[in-house]
Amino acid sequence: MSLVTDTLATNRPGAALAANRTADLADVRDYFALLKPRVMSLVVFTALVGIVRAPAELHPVLAFAALLCIAVGAGAAGALNMWWDADIDARMTRTLRRPIPAGRVSPGEALAFGLVLSAGSILMLGLFVGWLASGLLAFTIFFYAVVYSMWLKRSTPQNIVIGGAAGAFPPMIGWAAVTGTIGIESIVLFLIIFFWTPPHFWALALLKKDDYARAGIPMLPNVAGDDETRKQILIYSLILAPLGVAPFFLGFAGVVYGIAASVLGIVFLLFALDIYRRSKGAAADSAARRLFAYSILYLFLLFGMLLVEPMIGLP
Amino acid sequence: MNDKPDGIVLTEEQRRRRRNRSIALGLVLAALAILFYAVTIVKLGPAIMSRPL
Repeated sequence: MSLVTDTLATNRPGAALAANRTADLADVRDYFALLKPRVMSLVVFTALVGIVRAPAELHPVLAFAALLCIAVGAGAAGALNMWWDADIDARMTRTLRRPIPAGRVSPGEALAFGLVLSAGSILMLGLFVGWLASGLLAFTIFFYAVVYSMWLKRSTPQNIVIGGAAGAFPPMIGWAAVTGTIGIESIVLFLIIFFWTPPHFWALALLKKDDYARAGIPMLPNVAGDDETRKQILIYSLILAPLGVAPFFLGFAGVVYGIAASVLGIVFLLFALDIYRRSKGAAADSAARRLFAYSILYLFLLFGMLLVEPMIGLP
Repeated sequence: MNDKPDGIVLTEEQRRRRRNRSIALGLVLAALAILFYAVTIVKLGPAIMSRPL
């Protein structure tokens, strides 16, 4: 496996890293780390919401199998991303200890791992629940690994805006796995994550600007400046807050969700306003850190409400 | 006579990690076999026994 895939990877930016690698140092946890487990957990969570809220029945075994395929597909996309980005990961403190830059897994092994898991998860999802969900999973992996990682990430400050679509597809895949269709509801779930992604990542980018500059990634703060980034965060938050309540107005979430989403959205807006106003020094950093932390909680609570509402019979 | 083995000699730590990888791979394959069995039963049910060869 290594010989073939290392040869395939020879022209990759991260290929030089393989030379530093000592044979057989990879542990099981290194391969697990290639799957980006934290991203995968968010994918599983949002895909589960798509499965639970879909207006049809899916046998629990098939639902579990579908969720597993979506999780593995997302992990495979993560491995392909780490293979492609090994060179810039080695230049950023946040990603320096990932398995490839640390020299424990060769780029070729990561590539093979990602490709095999991608093919396996797409095929299995198609056979288990249907080819629409499978096609969406394939598109998601392609979008993340090729469109985002290989193309957008290093070429435009809009990288995470467009690339964010990859992270927004899982609830739509879950929905398609159950219903065999896409539907306005799953499009709304997609849009919530899509518009949540820029404020979330730009808050982080404001804090890690030096890291991104060292790696040569054109994140918005590095290209357009902090003030423009703060303005963009506020604009996307203004779109996100009402979108978060849309499931209630469209009738596929209850009153409790509607109230909770309104409050969560207003708090999100207040944090975004805080970022917009505080543009200098430690106060600016704190505001960015607060929005970044809150954005994770926001998405978790929003989708958590969608998940538990039907389970506990809320109106 | 030379007792030194040819080729790459793995350290104890490398052997341990390789063994862990092998065990993990075995467990994944076993889990996949169970998953395929369960999905087959759910999708086909008793009909799996009455299919023409």
